[in-house]
Amino acid sequence: MIKVEGLTKRYARNVAVNNISFEVEKGQIVGFLGPNGAGKTTTMRILTCFLPATSGKASVAGFDCLEQADEVKKRIGYLPETPPLYPEMEVAEYLEFVGRLKGIDKASLPSRVDEVLEKLSLVPERKKLISKLSKGYRQRVGIAQAIIHNPEVLILDEPTSGLDPKQIIEVRDLIRALAGDHTIILSTHILQEVEAMCERVIIISQGRVVATDSMASLANQMRGSESVTVQVDGRGSGAPDENQVRQKLESVAGVARVSTQGSKNGLLTFQVDSLKDRSVRADVARAVVGAGWNLLELHTASLGLEEIFLQLTASNDGGKQ
Amino acid sequence: MSSIWVICRKELKTYFASPIAYLLMTMFAVIFGFFFWNVVGYFVFMGLQSQMRGGFPMSLNEQVIRPLLQNVSVIGLFLIPMITMRLFAEEKRSGTIELLMTSPVKDTHILIGKWLAALLMYVAMIGVSLINLAILFVYGQPDLKPVLVGVLGLLLQAGGLLAVGTFISTTTRNQIIAGGATFGVCLLLWVFEWVSGYETAAWAKVLGYMSVVTHFESFAKGVLDTKDVIFYLSLIFFGLFLTSRSLESLRWRA
Repeated sequence: MIKVEGLTKRYARNVAVNNISFEVEKGQIVGFLGPNGAGKTTTMRILTCFLPATSGKASVAGFDCLEQADEVKKRIGYLPETPPLYPEMEVAEYLEFVGRLKGIDKASLPSRVDEVLEKLSLVPERKKLISKLSKGYRQRVGIAQAIIHNPEVLILDEPTSGLDPKQIIEVRDLIRALAGDHTIILSTHILQEVEAMCERVIIISQGRVVATDSMASLANQMRGSESVTVQVDGRGSGAPDENQVRQKLESVAGVARVSTQGSKNGLLTFQVDSLKDRSVRADVARAVVGAGWNLLELHTASLGLEEIFLQLTASNDGGKQ
Repeated sequence: MSSIWVICRKELKTYFASPIAYLLMTMFAVIFGFFFWNVVGYFVFMGLQSQMRGGFPMSLNEQVIRPLLQNVSVIGLFLIPMITMRLFAEEKRSGTIELLMTSPVKDTHILIGKWLAALLMYVAMIGVSLINLAILFVYGQPDLKPVLVGVLGLLLQAGGLLAVGTFISTTTRNQIIAGGATFGVCLLLWVFEWVSGYETAAWAKVLGYMSVVTHFESFAKGVLDTKDVIFYLSLIFFGLFLTSRSLESLRWRA
């Protein structure tokens, strides 16, 4: 549905997007994740034909974003970071205007506007001035204008930024509900958002794609090295002290690093990091029990999206600056 | 074509949904009303003189309508910046320009729609003067044709200046800057003619030719001169051409 090959956008002084490539299948909902200034908005602007790329190709539904811009525009609904609203217009009036702009013919316009108002539960607001709407409602009107012409592709730039938690949940639900009919790309720098909504994630940092994968396999891939939390009983006679346990753990094959998490009420807690692609849980357990100590707790710390993200974007840092 | 009309209607609605349209019409009505009262008062005074001194010829067209049309042309220079300043600057500031430029609508349709709306706003503004003109036609018998030629001249002149103002509005996201710069350009295009009063060198002729006010003189007299029509049409074309270039460069730089 969306195909980006070697896309580069250079401004006078900096490179906003540097040779990125990715593809999005029809009906997918894809998260575009990256820190602020990573090039998310620029990429979206190129896809929506607002900006031309310096080099590389982008196409939507088989149409080139530069050569066949009109065909692409007809198929894309776009919500920029600040919803493009005219405060002096009423909600329904605004949607009619956008509908006409997107080429909906006059006859089917009123029913289309009604449909969209219904879908976004904006019916009671239809006669309200946009300037009188709260931020959450404005965002909804922004989404409404993006889907008014029933586009195949929806591009949403930070659709939940600046909303309160309740509104964020509402907007997320809305986007999930739209996923069946449209291919959606949404950008965000909030990790939970991607976890909550997207099937696939494209992580972008400093103008480069650093990872593109499904949510699950991305997490797996990053879990190559294991991080195990171990708790040993240090109370009573015959119980070990901190250093003894530490030395024991360090001697287990495959362990890269042992760090003390602290001892509270005589409970000694350690974090054991394994070497890459080594599983050490069984060996650690055997070592502790074999020494005659009481093993109270042993579990792997799951690597959240947060850590994955930090690892990916941090490893890219050295390259450019 | 229909997209031009869609944009134009939206712009017109914006003018009339905000105080701008009413402010412009009121200001014009007051200023034009003052001129009208002034010119008619002078005409009545001259009429009395004419009777006392044995009747030199009097003409409503020559002595009332012509100076009035010239006044409107100059008032226009001051009010036109207020019509065009928000056309693109506001869209750029609020980000709605992204909506327009990612819609399947040609840039030229967007700018022609906006320019057309500005022109219609100008028509609505000078339309206020119909009340005054109606009084002349009720109490006197001026020739209609020169009046129509004069109005055509006003529209052409305004069209040219509005096109220039539209262009200036695309260059900034600040309405005040757009308005101020447009006002400066309008003023320059007016005062250029002053040079031709004393200087006869070629550069003075060129400057004089660029003055939008000089070209209005024949229209005010009721004479339709192709030379002046072409001047205004090329100013319109030039302004709109620059606007379309400026919009395109916006895509490359934004």
